[in-house]
Amino acid sequence: MNNSIALKSILTKEIQRFMRIWVQTLVPPAITISLYFVIFGSLIGSRIGEMGGFDYMSFIVPGLIMMSVITNSYSNVASSFFSAKWQRNVEEMLVAPVPNWVIVAGYVGGGMCRGILVGLIVTLVSLLFVDIQLYNFWIIAVTVILTSATFALGGLINAIFAGSFDDISIIPTFILTPLTYLGGVFYSLSLLPEFWQGVSQANPIVYMVNAFRYGFLGVSDVSLVTAFVVISVFIVTLFTVAMVLISKGIGLRS
Amino acid sequence: MTHALEIRALTKTYKGGFEALKAIDLTVSEGDFFALLGPNGAGKSTSIGVITSLVNKTSGQVKVFGYDIDKKLEKAKSFIGLVPQEFNFSQFEPLINILVNQAGYYGVSKNEAHQRAEKYLKKLELWDKRDEPARALSGGMKRRLMIARALMHEPKMLILDEPTAGVDIELRRSMWDFLRELNQQGITIILTTHYLEEAEMLCRNIAIIDGGKIVEDTSMKKLLAQLTIETFVLDLKLAASFEELEAFAQQSEDIVYRVIDDHTLEVDLHKSQNLNQVFMQFQHHNIEVLSMRNKSNRLEALFVNLINQKSSADKSIQSNVVAGVN
Repeated sequence: MNNSIALKSILTKEIQRFMRIWVQTLVPPAITISLYFVIFGSLIGSRIGEMGGFDYMSFIVPGLIMMSVITNSYSNVASSFFSAKWQRNVEEMLVAPVPNWVIVAGYVGGGMCRGILVGLIVTLVSLLFVDIQLYNFWIIAVTVILTSATFALGGLINAIFAGSFDDISIIPTFILTPLTYLGGVFYSLSLLPEFWQGVSQANPIVYMVNAFRYGFLGVSDVSLVTAFVVISVFIVTLFTVAMVLISKGIGLRS
Repeated sequence: MTHALEIRALTKTYKGGFEALKAIDLTVSEGDFFALLGPNGAGKSTSIGVITSLVNKTSGQVKVFGYDIDKKLEKAKSFIGLVPQEFNFSQFEPLINILVNQAGYYGVSKNEAHQRAEKYLKKLELWDKRDEPARALSGGMKRRLMIARALMHEPKMLILDEPTAGVDIELRRSMWDFLRELNQQGITIILTTHYLEEAEMLCRNIAIIDGGKIVEDTSMKKLLAQLTIETFVLDLKLAASFEELEAFAQQSEDIVYRVIDDHTLEVDLHKSQNLNQVFMQFQHHNIEVLSMRNKSNRLEALFVNLINQKSSADKSIQSNVVAGVN
């Protein structure tokens, strides 16, 4: 059995899916981010002044790109895998000799592709508003790949447990969005009182946003090593959980 | 000899305690055309679900071409093509993508998958629709799409769970021809159906499942040989009055007739009797027969008998238990 062909098939199907509905998947993030740039960057940002040693617009750009990557990686896998469960076409893979790791890798890969593509689109849109600095390309690339993998895995686990379409919007609305907004996208942690700085250390998105910002601006509220260790621990944990759930057939087999 | 399918003491108890399968045993030989029949909720789809790994079994053993699904699941799966009862493909994907991706899950290269997709879509008269999303297909076309999809990895065993449900007669017959052709090519076929005529026409061996137990497992010939009485419906030329027909029916000692109306008779024929005797009696009484047909499909009569016997036996056990408790 050639697992690479199976993996390529799932990945191709996933990419074809979000490209087929590009108006729903690729355009909205570009519009949303443009609005963020206009409101927070130009209108309000011009009155805020500097943040972390940079003008406010330059400071928030990496965070906004990362926010799009996180949201799109997560929602792509959550909605695609849940739709496959709902339409029962997930059975196409379950009856085939596809190893569980290939199913996980295929869906997560699809989510990463959408997250990274949206990240690129948002980066291009941001060029209309600000000159982007590039401090270290490789840190940007590694951070975006690891972050999209983390949230694609999160979306997969959400979809495995989900019993209705409501269930795939609860986590993004009540957990993901607050964590993202409180993850240092719009402000430097140094602005917070010491207690809340400590609390923020428990938010994984803080590490992703700061590592990503370091790649652009060369500044970060947390150490890079800590950031990559935290992200890696999340990936390993979420991958293990996803594998166990699929192996046991939770939400998939009766 | 390796069997296509061997099931031993297979049980499935769902959450909530419902026992869908109660230690069933079943063997299907390689190359067989096998019918698995049973009323709704009997355990047919659960059995298929366990074989194809869509349902987790509670206990027991399942082997596909000698490979135990507990030890060599991926190998066992590679032999099976499944046509499920309900549509389970993405409604938004074009047909060609559904087929090519499905082949990919079995490790078939893209070029080979495109060639096979063309072959099966043409064979099942869906080639013109290849770029349309699956939701645009009619019910019959969707059924054929699922057959094409199940064949994409060229399985050694094809399992069809009510493949002709909701399909018109002409199409059903062309699907029967196609399934016969596949079986002649050496593919083992396991079929569940509600159309008993379909099972009788196609299958060589049969198992009947009811209440999670196999109540019959034999060859179609042997099963049909169990049928002792066959009922025919005769349309008569209007030559006699209702009363005259009643008198004719009553005076016949060896053959049982029932008068339905003044131009319809039903006759119960024991397997020791033959139709010549019936026609001789008609000729003797100047009754002209315009046409004749079976009242019900032969297999249907047996099936109903078997299920009824089982149901009466269960009731009798139940009442004994209740009596014992009281």
